[in-house]
Amino acid sequence: MEHIISVLVENKPRVLARVSSLFARRGYNIESLAVGPTHDSTISRITLVVKGNADTLEQITKQLYKLIEVIKVGDFTQTNYVDRELALIKVNAPSEVRGEIVQTVEIFRARVIDVEEKSLIVEVTGTPDKIDALEQLLRKYGIIEMTRTGRIALARGSQSLQEK
Amino acid sequence: MKMRGAQILIELLKREGVEVIFGYPGGAVIDIYDALMDDKDITHILVRHEQGAAHAADGYARTTGKVGVCMATSGPGATNLVTGLANAYMDSVPLVAITGQVATSLIGKDAFQEADTTGITMPITKHNFLITSLEELPTVVRQAFYIASTGRPGPVVIDLPKDIQQQEGEFVFPEKVKITGYRPTYRGHINQIKVAAQAIREAERPVLIAGGGIISSGASEVLLKLAEKADIPVTHTLMGKGAFPESHPLSLGMLGMHGTYWANKAVMNCDLLIAIGMRFDDRVTGNLATFAPRAQVIHIDIDPAEIGKNVRPSIPIVGDAKMVLAELEKHVEEKKHPIWRENIEEWKKEYTPQAKEGLSPRRAIEKIYELTRGDNPIVVTDVGQHQMWAAQIYRCETPRQWASSGGLGTMGYGLPASVGAQVGNPDRLVVLISGDGSIFMKIQELVTAVNYCLPIKIFVINNSYLGMVRQWQGCLYGGRYSCTKLQNPDLVSLVRAFGGEGFRVEKEEELEEAISKALEVKDKPVLVDCRVVEEEDVLPFVPPGKSLEEMILE
Repeated sequence: MEHIISVLVENKPRVLARVSSLFARRGYNIESLAVGPTHDSTISRITLVVKGNADTLEQITKQLYKLIEVIKVGDFTQTNYVDRELALIKVNAPSEVRGEIVQTVEIFRARVIDVEEKSLIVEVTGTPDKIDALEQLLRKYGIIEMTRTGRIALARGSQSLQEK
Repeated sequence: MKMRGAQILIELLKREGVEVIFGYPGGAVIDIYDALMDDKDITHILVRHEQGAAHAADGYARTTGKVGVCMATSGPGATNLVTGLANAYMDSVPLVAITGQVATSLIGKDAFQEADTTGITMPITKHNFLITSLEELPTVVRQAFYIASTGRPGPVVIDLPKDIQQQEGEFVFPEKVKITGYRPTYRGHINQIKVAAQAIREAERPVLIAGGGIISSGASEVLLKLAEKADIPVTHTLMGKGAFPESHPLSLGMLGMHGTYWANKAVMNCDLLIAIGMRFDDRVTGNLATFAPRAQVIHIDIDPAEIGKNVRPSIPIVGDAKMVLAELEKHVEEKKHPIWRENIEEWKKEYTPQAKEGLSPRRAIEKIYELTRGDNPIVVTDVGQHQMWAAQIYRCETPRQWASSGGLGTMGYGLPASVGAQVGNPDRLVVLISGDGSIFMKIQELVTAVNYCLPIKIFVINNSYLGMVRQWQGCLYGGRYSCTKLQNPDLVSLVRAFGGEGFRVEKEEELEEAISKALEVKDKPVLVDCRVVEEEDVLPFVPPGKSLEEMILE
């Protein structure tokens, strides 16, 4: 089963290496990973998407807590949460299909953020399914390159992983 | 007053109560050694290989209960520490390792003797630090000792660049240590403890397993109290040797792959297993699927990640062994299990391992035990057959009496660890039981033992084989002894060349005299080369992956 785990860590050098090294050596698979600062400059948040059964997840959580610089670990799977991913897709867009592409992009509430003579860069935000779907549709025009951020997530409601 | 970084480090170490450092100088730690030269309080023990420094600090820590400190230079100095750190990590031994690092301006430039020490040691330390400014040094040193010695203990590395050692600054000492993400749980959940007490009241065939955590937390006394009150037989892991007095009528000896017949029988037939400060290693459990099939499991450990990792307990308790047992003991009622005790006595009668004709390794260790037990010595071992025989035969009655490489199984641990044990316990008898394979992995530490006049008694159970591997080849690989026959130099001449004393034993009748002569040597290490029969196996033997009941007995 897929789990989204949020890890609050001290904003220090090598913390990401500690987390990824832990996953590597214990044989846990990371589907995606996103890391960035929070509103508290001393704390960063790492969002991991991992696959595993309940036992594996329990071990992952406990092993993460053993890292000295890990402050809090939250598994969103059983809770009410929102998650988003962002992708940039550079696609072939000669004039004869450009209108068609822009139309598709609009349906997805995505945006064109760069226009060149023969190509466009599309920015799309949403769930991974939505991004997959748009990617699928744009494939026939020829995707030149693309990049995805990995998922980030927050629990709905007023509670916070970051409460002290 | 302004001080140099290296001087600040030494001052901080003193404030942490450090009395001994095991180390080896090099370019990136010259400044620390320079500062150390003027210091009167810290003794430095010069080893002959950095791995020896880590193992010596480990032996010191295990036998004294203090944090062991070792030091090495950057690059190869630090990488030589790696095995020692991994060893301490697997066995939860509190160490602080100080490594020199190239100057901050050179880091990442592949400078001479540069290695990514914090990167390399990340998975084999409890935590590590790369110091990036002099200002953070005091906090880091305090945190390092705090992390190493609290919770589940373990090794911590402080990597200190050369320019920071040379930089000048004011000495400050942070009184309090606060680490946001590190708060070990000591007190067990009271409701869980009550549930455990209830299970103990109801059990008819209970068994306690004492792990190394009993020793780390100083829980031996309360364990004894609990076992006697509720009349529960106690087995121990290799790390738990000495946690419970082995001559006590309730002691079952060690369990697992080379555990006693009756300890394994008891675990496989018990209805309640109370495992404390241990982690259900595969050498302990055999095939997990068939382990303790009739038992309800209570697992007490300070590390939450150990609970449910290998065995899913019905009653998990996270906490410090001593605190949890003290509480548990209060809630447990006095009880007797005469039938269960009788069963165990029957198993004890069913099997006695046989020694081979000639000078049997079993007989040699029995004799060592007989002639040294009166001194309640510290017993250190290397890794292999001799280690398992020592674990089976040498009964330990007190905690911190036993030092052996458990989790990592590091051949070469013994000699440097006994150096550390003797340095930390100058007035005690230190006995090293080693093998002809293991001893050569760290033979250069004989120099250290000679240099510091350490009267370690080294017994080499010399069967001219890499015995444990040979045993597996014999039992599991059709007797194909690939590369396990060892051609060794004469150990007696060797130890004498180093400046120690040596004796050779070839017959059983010669044992007593040689051991007695060895015990008389007071100012240097002495080695007794026991030329035992070549092909004796350690029994019982539970082949890897088999159930604890599938013991090979002869």
